[in-house]
Amino acid sequence: MSAIDELFARTRAEGRAALVGYLPAGFPDQETSIAALTAMVEAGVDLLEIGLPYSDPVMDGPAIQAAADQALAGGTRTKDVIEVVRAVASTGAPTVIMTYWNPVERYGVDRFAADLAEAGGAGLITPDLIPDEAAEWDAASRAHELDRVFLVSPSSTDARLDMTAKASSGFIYATAVMGVTGTREQTSSLAPELVARLRAVTDKPIGVGLGVSNGEQAREIAEFADAVIVGSAFVRRMLESETAAAGVESVRELAQELRRGVERS
Amino acid sequence: MFRSARAPSMSPRTASARAIAETGAGQHGVASATACAYLDLECTVYMGEVDTERQALNVARMRMLGAEVVSVTSGSRTLKDAINEALRDWVASVDHTSYLFGTAAGPHPFPSMVRDLTRGIGDEARAQCLELTGSLPDAAVACVGGGSNAIGLFTAFVEDADVRLLGVEAGGNGVETGRHAAPITQGDVGVLHGARSYLLQDEDGQTQESHSISAGLDYPGVGPEHSYLAETGRAQYVPATDAEAMSAFDLLCKTEGIIPAIESAHALAGAVGLAKELGPDATILVNLSGRGDKDVHTAAEYFGLLDGPVVLEGGGDAGPRPADVQRAVEE
Repeated sequence: MSAIDELFARTRAEGRAALVGYLPAGFPDQETSIAALTAMVEAGVDLLEIGLPYSDPVMDGPAIQAAADQALAGGTRTKDVIEVVRAVASTGAPTVIMTYWNPVERYGVDRFAADLAEAGGAGLITPDLIPDEAAEWDAASRAHELDRVFLVSPSSTDARLDMTAKASSGFIYATAVMGVTGTREQTSSLAPELVARLRAVTDKPIGVGLGVSNGEQAREIAEFADAVIVGSAFVRRMLESETAAAGVESVRELAQELRRGVERS
Repeated sequence: MFRSARAPSMSPRTASARAIAETGAGQHGVASATACAYLDLECTVYMGEVDTERQALNVARMRMLGAEVVSVTSGSRTLKDAINEALRDWVASVDHTSYLFGTAAGPHPFPSMVRDLTRGIGDEARAQCLELTGSLPDAAVACVGGGSNAIGLFTAFVEDADVRLLGVEAGGNGVETGRHAAPITQGDVGVLHGARSYLLQDEDGQTQESHSISAGLDYPGVGPEHSYLAETGRAQYVPATDAEAMSAFDLLCKTEGIIPAIESAHALAGAVGLAKELGPDATILVNLSGRGDKDVHTAAEYFGLLDGPVVLEGGGDAGPRPADVQRAVEE
């Protein structure tokens, strides 16, 4: 049983959804990103999703693009991202890296898996790697006991939902809308239907992300999903703060609000 | 390129009310805007901010044809970033929008679709060459950015083992300077925009910015089939620097009275080098993939034609307009 499996066994027993919080490593700088991720866990985030900043993040909207640009301009390297994983391992929350594929391929797939596992990481979310092309990652992740989180969207056919669910471990990432990351005013009506279609083919945990920005939206999604994934809203808290310290506190406040939401209370 | 733009928007499977495209030099954007005007489709074209400035004439053409041109300000503000924005649009609009990919790159099936839609150029050139000379050419030459015109030309000759295929990449300031757009010559294998191919990237796999005087070739990746043809040795790829391309541009203007696109001038530069090797009896087929009207301002600046007194009829104007510059060049 992986750390992520244990987490979902616990949250299911508690009758709530898990809260997944995202921030890119090195944003706004290495030290602050570690402080903000730590604050998230202290405020109730169950699983940390650490973004590997990438030059061409096509799944991401303006907020995360801006954060990635800032992290890269600050000199964040792949090895630094793994160091952020190591630094937050003491929080006790499982961590996954969310990464586009080319940096992993460039680092060496098996080497990346080995270093991530050694740093205390739990797996990868891979937005531009489809299971059809993931044989090397499948082998490396199994060898180093890491989870493989693939994505499905409202446009995925039933056959692809089934195939992607079988290839995934830990949880499956369901995008709530057709589109890129970013906060949205309303939650999507497409998400409940997508989760229901997934439930028909798998009993693995399902996380729903894209567009969740406040406690009320988190509560709505926690009604039908196993995890609520929040990224851009945390990034915006940091972008809109005057100082790094204020950013960390703003991130903490949002995490507390979201946690109340996922507890369905 | 109208071939490329028209077919997907007409295909019944993607019966859409809207089409989007990315464009570098603006040629594909103009073709897409033309097709959309003809078929009464809404059209949005993504174009890097740098390219909207250096290819302003094509921006105006697209807008006259009724298209919305979105100037992309992220990243290197060139073709790569225009593709990123088009992909971001398309994941949100796929149920009512066709994406008319402008080059032979991107995720499957775009590279093969674009190849099949542009190969008419190669088929016609092959037939015309047989008709005019009675035999196949010794070599076929095309410029390669993403590689759509080149793959359209090469596909017609791939089975003709005696026809050499030469792709000319943008050498920018020279491949040794690091400021170029020649991933086959000087990049290595990576994944960008959903395809594994040669790529300009740093040691962490971050895409590196490309540099070329030509907006249409200013892309750090290349269509995957070109990487395949390079690896199998069926086609060769060489770089031509900005200076070599502009010298070939000047040569064609002065000897044939044809102003080529700066993209296509790279193919001409490659052909000049190849001609020295093959000798005067060889037949070399060059794909003149674009016209140079859109590049007159860039060329006039490059050759210093804007520095001297350009006397305008009527006088008293704020400065040379494209049409006046063209007249100055022609004189």
